[in-house]
Amino acid sequence: MRKPLAAAAVAALALGIGLPAHAADEQLQIERQQWSFYGVFGAFDRAAEQRGFEVYKDVCANCHSLNQLAYRNLEEIGLSANEVNAVAASVQVEDGPNDQGAMFERQGKPSDRFKAPFANDQAARAANNGALPPDLSLIVKAREGGPDYVYSILTGFKDAPAGFKMTEGMSYNTAFPGHQIGMPPPLSEGVVTYADGTKATVPQMAHDVVTFLSWAANPELETRHRVGVKTIIFLVILTGLLYAIKRKVWAGVH
Amino acid sequence: MATSAETSAHGAAGVAVKRRDFLYLATGAMGAVGAALAVWPLIESMNPAADVLALSSSEVDLSPIQVGQRITVKWRSQPVFVARRTPEEIEEAQKVDVQELRDPQADSARVKKPEWLVMVGICTHLGCVPLGQMSGDPRGDWHGWFCPCHGSQYDTSGRIRQGPAPANLVIPQYAFLTDTSVRIG
Amino acid sequence: MSQPAWNSPVVKWIDERLPIFTLLHHSTSGYPTPKNLNYWWNFGSLAGFMLVVLIATGIVLAMQYQPNAALAFDSVERIMRDVNYGWLLRYLHMNGGSMFFLAVYIHIFRGLYYGSYKRPRELLWWLGVVILLLMMATAFMGYVLPWGQMSFWAATVITNLFSAFPGVGRFIVHWLWGGFAVDNATLNRFYALHYLLPFVILGVVVLHLWALHTTKSNNPLGIDAKGQQDTIPFHPYYTVKDNFGIGVFLIVYLGFVFFAPNFFGEPDNYIPANPLQTPPHIVPEWYFLPFYAILRSIPDKLTGVLATFLSILVLFVLPWLDFSRVRSATFRPLYKKAFWLLVVDVGVLGYVGANPPEGGFLVMGRIATAYYFLHWFILVPLIALFERPRPLPVSISQPVLGGGLAAAAANPMEKA
Repeated sequence: MRKPLAAAAVAALALGIGLPAHAADEQLQIERQQWSFYGVFGAFDRAAEQRGFEVYKDVCANCHSLNQLAYRNLEEIGLSANEVNAVAASVQVEDGPNDQGAMFERQGKPSDRFKAPFANDQAARAANNGALPPDLSLIVKAREGGPDYVYSILTGFKDAPAGFKMTEGMSYNTAFPGHQIGMPPPLSEGVVTYADGTKATVPQMAHDVVTFLSWAANPELETRHRVGVKTIIFLVILTGLLYAIKRKVWAGVH
Repeated sequence: MATSAETSAHGAAGVAVKRRDFLYLATGAMGAVGAALAVWPLIESMNPAADVLALSSSEVDLSPIQVGQRITVKWRSQPVFVARRTPEEIEEAQKVDVQELRDPQADSARVKKPEWLVMVGICTHLGCVPLGQMSGDPRGDWHGWFCPCHGSQYDTSGRIRQGPAPANLVIPQYAFLTDTSVRIG
Repeated sequence: MSQPAWNSPVVKWIDERLPIFTLLHHSTSGYPTPKNLNYWWNFGSLAGFMLVVLIATGIVLAMQYQPNAALAFDSVERIMRDVNYGWLLRYLHMNGGSMFFLAVYIHIFRGLYYGSYKRPRELLWWLGVVILLLMMATAFMGYVLPWGQMSFWAATVITNLFSAFPGVGRFIVHWLWGGFAVDNATLNRFYALHYLLPFVILGVVVLHLWALHTTKSNNPLGIDAKGQQDTIPFHPYYTVKDNFGIGVFLIVYLGFVFFAPNFFGEPDNYIPANPLQTPPHIVPEWYFLPFYAILRSIPDKLTGVLATFLSILVLFVLPWLDFSRVRSATFRPLYKKAFWLLVVDVGVLGYVGANPPEGGFLVMGRIATAYYFLHWFILVPLIALFERPRPLPVSISQPVLGGGLAAAAANPMEKA
């Protein structure tokens, strides 16, 4: 079964499983990064997660919502219950109606979802030249290239090369398809002051916020990896035993 | 000679049987454990999810409540009666001979601070919400709460005095965070 | 068949009134199976195992999912984040679908290679094709449920296929949609049917197994079992072999679930559905790619739709297209080559289906589509007519036919 097996392998590869669905049109520069959460034993770097949250809160949250997350989820990246309460309490959220039938504002609670910067999509577009800043809860899973792609976008703002026609209001980006992105460069050196004193260079902030956003998109990752390793080891042993039984039962037949 | 050869062959077969049984036993046990571990998430997923649990405690601000006023708050999707009792109501509640009650319970066992009564507003008969929270509501003969569904009457400590309900109104787990706020649940 | 004697009086009491234990016995310990089945025969039980896994996870997921266009996407995210083990159930269900198709496709190709569709197993084969069609409908509707960009646009594209039919096309599509576009009405009915069809599949699987037990299993040599010397009881031989197979399969399956859960998926489906914006590349799940390629290869809309349906329906007439009396490709050198070319062709079609239908991909797709139909309608009948098969062995238990080593070398598939 050797030759046919090879043909089958070629066929399987040719099925394009997992390969990107587009032909190589433009040269998009996606830089591969080392991520602590890659690999079978991968986990999120807590310090990077927390710094990344600072970047999100201070920079990204002005335009981008994070509506799949609640403030209470921040305990998973190492914030204490008090810190979570403080983050939640720093925003005012709409609640109601009260007994008079009116909506009212109250301090945020941990069980509240992250407050969006705009009331709805239309308001978001109106404030951003017609462009809708996407929600960031799943952005790392919603883009081909995942964390590498988002990192490359954040670090890919450069001057347009000579001869490249830029549309009004757009910014040149080496990683964005078409090379023109509606978002102006969000990160610049020192735009955030990190609580742990790390130097806030653009690559550092990009790395940290992508770590945070990767957690936001895959909060179950560490549990998934842990349970996964145990499960596969268990199965390997069990399958080994099942094979031994099979050989035993079949011993007479061959 | 033949006998000893037979015996040793028999013995070897016996050992082989034991080994085979152990293999089946070990695999069977492991398979059973694996099956249980596999089924567990299916069952556990039906337990309250994280967002439901996050709403499982409610904080109530007591400062706007006047003496004699009763408010209803929502806790775990249920009504909770928070009553700021008048001195008369407190005295009535404490004066009662506990042994006469259908569900004997002293008032002191039902409150942390006598002025504040916190209880789940669901009649212990068949689950209706008793009247008595609003100022115009009937409160029954014991000046507490009156359930319109089947006529159960509760006193100023929320204890059943008359009617088909078998037990006093349930006191939930709660704690005073400050003098003017409680966390329920 | 011998009536087994039951020791337990409880078992005896039940069995006298509803012979379920006798049935179980006849299907397992009392079911003669050829002793030379190889591991390609494991994939039927693997498919059955995956069906059970999908139903179990599906029922529990259905307790949390909201089939409303405004709530669906968020309800799936809630499952992933807040429901206990929700991420596991969702990833098991999602990847389970892919593994189900993987097992079934290998199972089908096993049937094609060894002639399992030939007399007397034509009805068994038909039931299998019916299962495949039901699976495709179920999977298609299931993919719509998360209401992501791909969910919405795949639903739009595929339901629009029916508009190709002249005259009634538009009415059929509006009837399918329950409106003038894919919207909440469509989502709700897809959910109802997605919950229903797996149980219909279960019923057809029962018929499939009943038909199998009537004709008994085929085997790698393709010759009938002639007596007890050629067979062994299904239990314990094939139960232990199937259990081992499930173990291996689980390692692969759970490897994806725990370490690459989005490998088979499309990033665009993590974007909530937007009826006003089409994604640049609409791609179905991998198991639909070959059919998608055929659809897009043919410039005329109606012909493209008919060709796609025909590409699966052709399987129903295969027992008559391939009228060769020899079952197993082991002894059919020409058919064997045609089989492997078909495998490559389907692989090429899959690759084409994943890419935009332009330039080199369009040319490749057209050639591969033409070859696909050439295989079924021209090659297979001609091979059946003109091929000189190798001499068949005398029996399963005596695979060596007179010629000693030479004949033994002619049967490389013989290992069990």
